Amino acid sequence: MTTKLSHFEHLKAASRFLRGGIAEGLADPVTGAIGDDDTKLLKFHGSYQQDDRDLREERRKQKLEPAYAFMLRARLPGGVVTPAQWLVFDRIAREHANGSLRITTRQTFQWHGIIKRKLKPTIAAIHDALATTIAACGDVVRNVVSTANPVESAAHAEAYAWATRLSAELAPKTRAYHEIWLDGEKLHGDAHPVEEHEPLYGATYLPRKFKIGLAIPPLNDVDVFAQDLGLIAIVEQGVLSGFNIAVGGGMGVTHDDASTYPRLASVIGFATPEQLFHVAEAVIGVQRDWGDRAERQHARLKYTLDRRGLDVFKAELESRLGFALATPREYRFAHNGDRYGWVEGRDGNWHLTLHIESGRLADVGERRWLSGLRELAKVHTGDFRLTCNQNVIVANVATAERERIDAIVREHGLDAYRKQSAIRRHAIACVALPTCGLAMAESERYLPALLPKLETLLERHDLADAPILLRLSGCPNGCSRPYLGEIALVGRGPGRYDLRLGADFSGQRLNQVYRENVDEAAILDALDPLFVRYATERTDGEGFGDFLLRAGILVPPPSRRIPAELVA
Amino acid sequence: MSNLATPDLDAEKLARLTRELESLTAAQLYWVAAWSAAQAEQAQRSSPVVVAPAGRAAERLTILYGSQTGNAKRIAGQLANRAEAAGLPARLLRADAYPQRELAQERHLLLVISTQGDGEPPDDARGLFEFITGKRVPKLPALQFAVLGLGDSSYPQFCTIGRQLDARLAELGATRLSAFGEADVEIEAVAALWAEQALAELRERLKQVGPPVRATPLHAVPSRSTYSREQPFAAPVLANQRIVARDSARDVRHVELSLEGSGLHYQPGDALGVWPRNPSALVEQWLEVLRLDGAQEVTCQGRTLPLRQWLGCEREVTRLHRGFIAALAAAGGHDELARLLQPEQSPQLAAVLADDQPIDLLRRYPATWQPEALLAALRPLAPRLYSIASSAKAVGEEVHLTVAVVDYQAHGSAHWGTASAFLAAADEDGKVPVFIEPNERFRLPADGSRDIIMIGPGTGVAPFRAFVQERRESGATGRNWLFFGNRHFAGDFLYQVEWQQALKDGSLHRLDLAFSRDSAFSESPHRDVRGVARDSHKVYVQQRLREQGAELYEWLKGGAHLYVCGDSKYMARDVHAALVDVIAAHGNQLPDEAQSWLGELLQQGRYARDVY
Ligand code: SRM
Ligand SMILES: Cc1cc2nc3c(=O)[nH]c(=O)nc-3n(C[C@H](O)[C@H](O)[C@H](O)COP(=O)(O)OP(=O)(O)OC[C@H]3O[C@@H](n4cnc5c(N)ncnc54)[C@H](O)[C@@H]3O)c2cc1C
Ligand SMILES: Cc1cc2nc3c(=O)[nH]c(=O)nc-3n(C[C@H](O)[C@H](O)[C@H](O)COP(=O)(O)O)c2cc1C
Ligand code: SF4
Repeated sequence: MTTKLSHFEHLKAASRFLRGGIAEGLADPVTGAIGDDDTKLLKFHGSYQQDDRDLREERRKQKLEPAYAFMLRARLPGGVVTPAQWLVFDRIAREHANGSLRITTRQTFQWHGIIKRKLKPTIAAIHDALATTIAACGDVVRNVVSTANPVESAAHAEAYAWATRLSAELAPKTRAYHEIWLDGEKLHGDAHPVEEHEPLYGATYLPRKFKIGLAIPPLNDVDVFAQDLGLIAIVEQGVLSGFNIAVGGGMGVTHDDASTYPRLASVIGFATPEQLFHVAEAVIGVQRDWGDRAERQHARLKYTLDRRGLDVFKAELESRLGFALATPREYRFAHNGDRYGWVEGRDGNWHLTLHIESGRLADVGERRWLSGLRELAKVHTGDFRLTCNQNVIVANVATAERERIDAIVREHGLDAYRKQSAIRRHAIACVALPTCGLAMAESERYLPALLPKLETLLERHDLADAPILLRLSGCPNGCSRPYLGEIALVGRGPGRYDLRLGADFSGQRLNQVYRENVDEAAILDALDPLFVRYATERTDGEGFGDFLLRAGILVPPPSRRIPAELVA
Repeated sequence: MSNLATPDLDAEKLARLTRELESLTAAQLYWVAAWSAAQAEQAQRSSPVVVAPAGRAAERLTILYGSQTGNAKRIAGQLANRAEAAGLPARLLRADAYPQRELAQERHLLLVISTQGDGEPPDDARGLFEFITGKRVPKLPALQFAVLGLGDSSYPQFCTIGRQLDARLAELGATRLSAFGEADVEIEAVAALWAEQALAELRERLKQVGPPVRATPLHAVPSRSTYSREQPFAAPVLANQRIVARDSARDVRHVELSLEGSGLHYQPGDALGVWPRNPSALVEQWLEVLRLDGAQEVTCQGRTLPLRQWLGCEREVTRLHRGFIAALAAAGGHDELARLLQPEQSPQLAAVLADDQPIDLLRRYPATWQPEALLAALRPLAPRLYSIASSAKAVGEEVHLTVAVVDYQAHGSAHWGTASAFLAAADEDGKVPVFIEPNERFRLPADGSRDIIMIGPGTGVAPFRAFVQERRESGATGRNWLFFGNRHFAGDFLYQVEWQQALKDGSLHRLDLAFSRDSAFSESPHRDVRGVARDSHKVYVQQRLREQGAELYEWLKGGAHLYVCGDSKYMARDVHAALVDVIAAHGNQLPDEAQSWLGELLQQGRYARDVY
């Protein structure tokens, strides 16, 4: 591990608590962009500068700068949205953004294509809807996700309460956000920071993004083992007695760099609700102090753990806490997908889970999904819940209201899921092109073309209703958590992917590379024979991933070795 | 040379000259003599002309990289250090920061470049790649080079970009310092080996080199051009590029023509004359409406040509004039048309002249025409002028134009502008008949330390691109302030990236913008989410002039020169009015005092206009 601080660290230190030159950049009329360094700081405010990559080459020839626009990400703990908020978000999508709302794999909204001079009014409008975008991105605790499980009504309420509290208390305290976006009065001009400080983070925040997720077994819809800090709710006789603590999950990888790898979080103990907040703070504290600030490539908690050793980390944690964590309690995860259609909660309210392909709410032909949800928001009296599978739940519907809801759903083609193949219902794709600056291959835009081809294969072998987790990512960063897909495509270049197989159905086993850097034809050729065998040899209820290992088609992945260069 | 008096030629220059000359053959020496004479004459006639910056290319080593994700950049950095260490001072540049015209003088070049996409260059090297593989790249007999390609052999197009450049440079006559290096994902090993070879070889050769050889130009430059308005030069089209976004309402083209070998020379401020051909689609419409046979030979003023050619190349068919209206009225016995020419109907006539092209009247007022009569009623086709958008100092023997394409619907049919449509359609192997139209009244201040203020909305910005290039190349110390306006920021910001670059490198000091059809959303209070719908007032350059009045006046007081170019119908008038207001307000003068002050500036040539 080198000791020279990365440029980003100097940047944060000099940013006057995330101000940098953002305000000046917004005011510069000569470009639709802001300063390079400021784009990095902007993330802490919940926005990414992007450009339409479909137009990049064309505009270069036209001597025009790239078609810069900004992506905005809301911070919605637990993915809960009120109908009133929904209507504002919807209007923003149509009037300021590219006409779509994007449900993310961390159960919040993104808007794409907001041009520079509309960024400020847009953020202000979100603020007025009693939501925020602060720390939706950046080296801080991100949007805290929690199980959308509507059935365990009471438990869900508590879990959601925790997600909200963690999200609120762990958010940065800088006034920069108010200053820049909400015309809040200036705490300081260009001079040194006045009475402003970040009790938890300090002036340089965390070495890297930090993600917290909370799951209520048997549902692992948040992929709790992909989180830096995973909380597994332990519900005994309907009461929440506490949480198993899992640390060091993460997906992101860099092609051809063995020192980067996906990692499942390690369960290190159990904490009571009273202890939870201290534990969270302490874990973040250790990562803040121990995380690699020289190489962002190795800055996530997962690498900190593998470098220092899990037990060393746990010891440090407990000494900071002043108490030892209890031993983990029993838990069992059944699956990490969503259940579609109506379900009744223990409290007698009804909940409707709708499938939103790639989480993209827009009006295209028959599918008038954006309008559909707007109409729902106008009449719905309960709330909406976004899921980490990019879907939406119309939650807390009284029995009497169901028909009216169903009518709107039908009218706008939102009931497609009824007739869909199981693989389609279990597919997740990241955004990728044209907005994502890191995309190497198509993902969201490729899914609609790929699915029919897979469906044809599956039907040919009577597997149409075999639930198989399919995950597409346009690059190895893994925003669709592809390393937990039973079948996953990870982008390498235009039309080329790594084909990965062998994860389980509940987010507890990583998959492995089956074919490297191949095109669609090769992918389908590779899958077809495997489907044949799965169709004939599977035991009942056996998942595709599990089967591949039992049948010996894949050998269990070697327990991950820690690359020498990462050991301190 | 010794027995010649040498006017202020310092020893160093003289030494270099002698050294250069020694390496030339007798024939070459004679050519140089003739060429220098021509240069001298030029120099006397007007400003200094293009003398390519020789630099100290002879000993300099240039290292370029094209990199998407930073590998090539890293390797190039290491390479530069190795070179320094080996006592070879190197300049390290990202491909898109490299001034391409320097390639002709370049002696030693090391290139590190990756392959991206499906065998494409990295974004930062697309320009250089196109240049080197393109047809405008000079021969490079004096260049010594080596290319290291970065790639990933699991891609079908392994390292293809590096390989193509390596082959192309050799094809252009350059010599390899080392074989093409081909680095797979384990880059370092290959890179190190390649660097060692290239640098060692380079050291060897530098030991031996005597005076560097110069690439002799392909043909001599005649002392004065034989081309003129009457004998236009057929200029090869080098580029014809739309420079507004795909969704822009009006097409604007950046056209690059070659003047190589024409001997034509121009100054910033001059215009280029273009001899167009009428749109053939329009000519066919004429023949159809008139029910005339385009193939029939027609004699007019002693020349005999097929009618189609008369209409296509010899006559104005898009610009309406009174004479034609009169002839049409007579030919078809249309009294109301004839009446249109009476003094009392002048408003109606003006409207017709503004809104209609001849074809519209031919459709509206049927008549039977004798071909001869028709041709007699039409004016001969005249050339169109276009402000030159380049400085020869920057682009060498090229001339650049900025052309707004006239192409609109009226009376339910498509209408074209002859020359703009002709230029828009000119493809890259085509040629355009051109001549230089000097404009002595639109010149940069002879004193480079003077500030200049340039007001050029729309295509009016063209000559200012030339001005800024010229002032950059000639190292003028005065400040440059540009006012530009157009419809939309996103799509109609002509030469946006060039202005951004100019602001960075200090060749443009201020840029004020007015985009008339963007809502002024940012100015509206942040709580209003419906800003776009509500706000629809338009902003033009004259408003910016007023906003900047105080400083504008300061510049003028300080002796700044003032230039306005573009639309004459509204812009020039409104801008003039704004200037009067500014001077009156900030110089506290009465309006007519301000007027006469501007008048004086016009007299002194400090306020110049080029409007059309
Ligand atoms: C929208 C979303 C994907 C989606 O289809 O829903 C997304 C989109 C992007 N992710 Fe992600 N990530 C999203 C969930 C994830 C997840 C899944 C999760 O957290 O459960 C992961 C894997 C888990 C992890 O963090 O390891 C993930 C790992 C990354 C990484 C790799 C991080 C790493 O440490 O390796 C990057 C790149 C980086 O941070 O340098 C990244 C970067 C990005 C950026 C912002 C690209 C960039 O940095 O310029 C993408 C914006 C694309 C666009 O145009 O919208 N995104 N990203 C998800 C938004 C989540 C949210 O609401 O906050
Ligand atoms: C000194 C000078 C410099 C110039 N510099 C430039 C320059 O840098 N860039 C540039 O683009 N032009 C420039 N022009 C204008 C240029 O010379 C032509 O006039 C212009 O390109 C139109 O010529 P055309 O042959 O395409 O159309 P024409 O065939 O000359 O015009 C066709 C007819 O169409 C009608 N018409 C034209 N436009 C419209 C419209 N929008 N709506 C309705 N009717 C219309 C008019 O009646 C016109 O007579 C310059 C002119 C001058 C004098
Ligand atoms: C999206 C993408 C496409 C690529 N396509 C090719 C290719 O077609 N051929 C090749 O040889 N390498 C290809 N590569 C590999 C890169 O050239 C290789 O990673 C190189 O080291 C990148 O160098 P750079 O970081 O300087 O751009 C590709 C890489 C990416 C990320
Ligand atoms: S996985 Fe890669 S391509 Fe997809 S959204 Fe994330 S960063 Fe972009």
